[in-house]
Amino acid sequence: MGRLEVIYREAGQFKATYASDQAIFPIVQDRVVVVAIAVVAFVVPPLVAGEYWLQAILIPFLIYTLAAIGLNLLTGYAGQLSLGTGGFMAVGAYSAFKLTTAFPQLSIVVVFLLSGLVAAVIGLGFGIPSLRIKGFYLAVATLAAQFFLIWLFNKVAWFTNYASSGTITAPHRTLLGVTVTGPNASAAARYVMALAFVAVFALVAKNLVRGRIGRSWMAIRDRDIAAEIIGVRPLRTKLLAFGISSFYCGVAGAELVFLYLGSAETLAFDINQSFLVLFMVIIGGLGSILGSWLGAAFILMLPILLTNLPHAVGLTMSVALQKQIELMVFGGLILFFLIVEPHGLARLWQIGKEKLRLWPFPH
Amino acid sequence: MVDVVYAVLVAPFKDMAGSPAFLVEVLIGGVFAGLMYSLVALGFVLIFKASGVFNFAQGVMVLFAALTLVGLLERGVPVVLALALTTAVMVALAFAIERFVLRPLVNQEHIILFMATIGLNFFLEGFGEMLWGANVKKLDIGIPDRSFVVRGVQINELELTAAVTAALLVTLLAMFFQKTRIGRALRAVADDHEAALSIGIPLKTIWVVVWSVAGVVAIVAGLMWGAKSGVQFSLSLIALKALPVLILGGFESVPGAIVGGLIIGIGEKVGEVYWGPLVGGAIENWFAYVLALAFLLARPQGLFGEKIIERV
Amino acid sequence: MTLRVLLVGTLALILAGGLPLTKAQAAGEIFIPLLVYRTGPYAPNGIPIANGAADYFTLVNERDGGINGVKITFEECEDQYDTKQGVECYERLKAKSPVLVNPYSTGITYQLIPRAPVDKVVVHSMGYGMTASADGRWFPWVFNFPMTYWSQASAFVKYVALQEGGMDKLKGKKIAHIYHNSPYGKEANPTLEELARRHAFELTLLAVDHPGQEQKATWLQIRRLNPDWIYISGWGVMNQVAVKEAAAIGFKMDRVVGNWWTGTEVDVIPAGDAAKGYKSMNFNAPGAGFKVHQDINKFLYDKGKGAGRRDGIGEVLYNRMVVNAMLNVEAIRTAMTKYGNKPLTGEQVRWGFENLDITEKRLEELGMKGMMRPLRVTCDNHEGNGLAFVQQWDGKKWNIVSDWIEPIRDVVRPKLEAAAVDEAKKLNYTMRDCAKEK
Repeated sequence: MGRLEVIYREAGQFKATYASDQAIFPIVQDRVVVVAIAVVAFVVPPLVAGEYWLQAILIPFLIYTLAAIGLNLLTGYAGQLSLGTGGFMAVGAYSAFKLTTAFPQLSIVVVFLLSGLVAAVIGLGFGIPSLRIKGFYLAVATLAAQFFLIWLFNKVAWFTNYASSGTITAPHRTLLGVTVTGPNASAAARYVMALAFVAVFALVAKNLVRGRIGRSWMAIRDRDIAAEIIGVRPLRTKLLAFGISSFYCGVAGAELVFLYLGSAETLAFDINQSFLVLFMVIIGGLGSILGSWLGAAFILMLPILLTNLPHAVGLTMSVALQKQIELMVFGGLILFFLIVEPHGLARLWQIGKEKLRLWPFPH
Repeated sequence: MVDVVYAVLVAPFKDMAGSPAFLVEVLIGGVFAGLMYSLVALGFVLIFKASGVFNFAQGVMVLFAALTLVGLLERGVPVVLALALTTAVMVALAFAIERFVLRPLVNQEHIILFMATIGLNFFLEGFGEMLWGANVKKLDIGIPDRSFVVRGVQINELELTAAVTAALLVTLLAMFFQKTRIGRALRAVADDHEAALSIGIPLKTIWVVVWSVAGVVAIVAGLMWGAKSGVQFSLSLIALKALPVLILGGFESVPGAIVGGLIIGIGEKVGEVYWGPLVGGAIENWFAYVLALAFLLARPQGLFGEKIIERV
Repeated sequence: MTLRVLLVGTLALILAGGLPLTKAQAAGEIFIPLLVYRTGPYAPNGIPIANGAADYFTLVNERDGGINGVKITFEECEDQYDTKQGVECYERLKAKSPVLVNPYSTGITYQLIPRAPVDKVVVHSMGYGMTASADGRWFPWVFNFPMTYWSQASAFVKYVALQEGGMDKLKGKKIAHIYHNSPYGKEANPTLEELARRHAFELTLLAVDHPGQEQKATWLQIRRLNPDWIYISGWGVMNQVAVKEAAAIGFKMDRVVGNWWTGTEVDVIPAGDAAKGYKSMNFNAPGAGFKVHQDINKFLYDKGKGAGRRDGIGEVLYNRMVVNAMLNVEAIRTAMTKYGNKPLTGEQVRWGFENLDITEKRLEELGMKGMMRPLRVTCDNHEGNGLAFVQQWDGKKWNIVSDWIEPIRDVVRPKLEAAAVDEAKKLNYTMRDCAKEK
């Protein structure tokens, strides 16, 4: 038996430069863990996980994480409540469909980024009322966006290329010789693509919120008049938040159709999606990038887990009863976690980290 | 271009002038629909006013109340007794919510309390269905769904009854809030939980009272909407129709809920009937929000909302 | 303390339940996954459908010992009519190597169509899904017999003509189509528009937004328009409210016709007596008076093996799923004539679907004489040669009130083939030559 030692130890890690002090992950262990998780995430699931895991659990998890990060930037960091996420995701999805069918040569990555931009522009437009309306009342502007956009895509046949079925379908596209979208794309390829997007954008978001932009968002969120007095321009700051947030949601929407569902009608982006993403942000932790990951995992994976649980322990009951119990347990767990830690799962994680600093010693 | 302007700005009004009886019918339809929205919005307002909670579960509470009532009626319980029992169930629910949801979350931010009601929403969804099943149940409240015609204007008896009930309920509640001692206490609690506690307002009692009242409103809303579509899961979705009303009328205002409902109801029906066909119809959903948005730009706190005073 | 319990608990949960079950399918059996919705807003429709499927497959096992001796295994998965949950269900049950799937949801059908040829699973969307997939030359894996929405709409117009006294009498008549504002609801529009042009009737299209709880504006417009006939394409709560509103404005109920998803027992319940006279299209006879129902009672419900309540037997959607399950079973049986009486692969079952030929005699053997029409599916026609009829609600039950109506195929088929080219192009499909199929 060796002697007990603190594993998660910061002592002895001296910051010699400002740059190292301000790094995203200033503690060595954090850096190692994050890099290790990233490497494992890119390599292991595509090799090991079955199609069920990739297609039904991991891919939607990654896509919704991206959307949740987007909404978290707006709601968690800039303090602007939005219930238009579904609408902005639809903008991304339909733009991607129009772009890639109009310019089949265009790289699918570029298509995703451009459709994010289109969503950003639309988001900017619907963000304008935020200058005058605040809090729950602001939800009306974003709800108007939600319902109007869905109505528009449903009504105007041009958006679906006049398809008789009224749905959009992800065409066959390749990236670096690998098929990444369309029915023949392997789940592994789509998973890696979704992971790459969310990893890069999570990093971008993490940097954004540490920088001038993020600080001005938080200033607006915490006390907008005070922020204005110290020189944060509300117009630019709020609109920027709407734009960037919608960009994230737009890319997530494009991914939802291209990497996950394969085809979709407007109902795939209805108001429930907006609520779903909002739940993820709140339960994960407002104003936390890590929280967006945890929230998406909680909201998406927990019900699936609960569905599979009775099977795993050999319990058989009717599917209806099982679903009803699942809903009750899910609701109960939301309440439980909120009561244990109202500031979201990310805060729980932080508390865990604090404890880890001392572990294995009790004090 | 001229055609478009004509079609948008002139033709609909000519249309209205052309058949005034039909216009009246559209307006009445709007008033009735609006009052039905108010009925749902009212539940939100009550709870928001007294506990600062935006109750996402209000729609499910309507469903739960209606399911309980119909379930009891189906088992042969007389109407009056069933109503009393359902009320008791809703009061019990209010107690449970206070004990297990609100009390542990005293003085948390609005958004956290909002999320808590989402947990409640899922729970009640599963629980209600487990108790009463998922089938459509007929709710017969003894009012014939007939129409009568007054000077060429068709009026539906059921809708008339629902509208009158909603109007009555709102008047009663508005008086309750404005005139009674408990009403004032409710408003104090809404402002600040801890401050209210410190001056001796019994927070628990207030919350139980207000959630119980909201439960009773949910029964009425469930009755009226359930008479129309049958009692079924979709009742929980009517909360969405109340949102623009709520935002327009102000979250804290009982009269706001009714005026907001009327504006949204009339606005969306007139919009759909006279302008909808220009763009292929089904515009009323977003039209309601755009209408609310237009009002909000002029009054950011809602029509009857308390004035927002900004301090640094 | 709580925190630790919590973390350990969560971990244990993940370890216990997180791994999907890939229980190997019992050897010598054919697996059919059942995507059901017994809960949620569409459960009133989903429950009879789910019961019909479970009952018929169990009946085949109990009464006949399976299909030619090969037992059917099936498993339900609850999707709440939600596309994402449906995908999760499908992926989970895919591990048990299914041969066919009945999605019973437009959204899920569209998810499964591109996957069908990749996973080698037949998609049978009976009277729903993608109309264009009826062209089997482009969509070998998808079947929507006995009829599509477009054929149905043409049959409705023909029914109206019959009531009015001939196709030439349609001229100048006013027909309103009230539809769920979604791709599903819009399906009938192009066909109705084409027929309106040909027969010079006046068509008004009125969209109702999802979910359809509030239809005041629509029915106000109906009041003003005062159409001769109303056709409704609805789903869920929209149906109940539409029937109720039609009755409330005093419209003649026998001139309101729903499509076959807008005419079940639950759709007319809330309106009560006022719904009397309401009509809807259908392709499977309602009622529990067929021999197959006696068998279901005898072999299942008398022994406590029924999936639902006895009084649910014979409901419109229950019977629809019984017919659907029967067609599934007969397609597998057809495939067995070629591949032998053993568990088959998806590809073999696909052949069975494509060569399905249900004769009057076969229907009688199955105890379903009169419950549906003889049906023949071919390589290029996955819609088959189905016919529809009109049923009417008398306040207690649905009664058939028309003969079997032949759709106007020369209008529908060319449009359908054109649409199939469009839809198939999106998926990079190539057209196969049916002459070369055996």
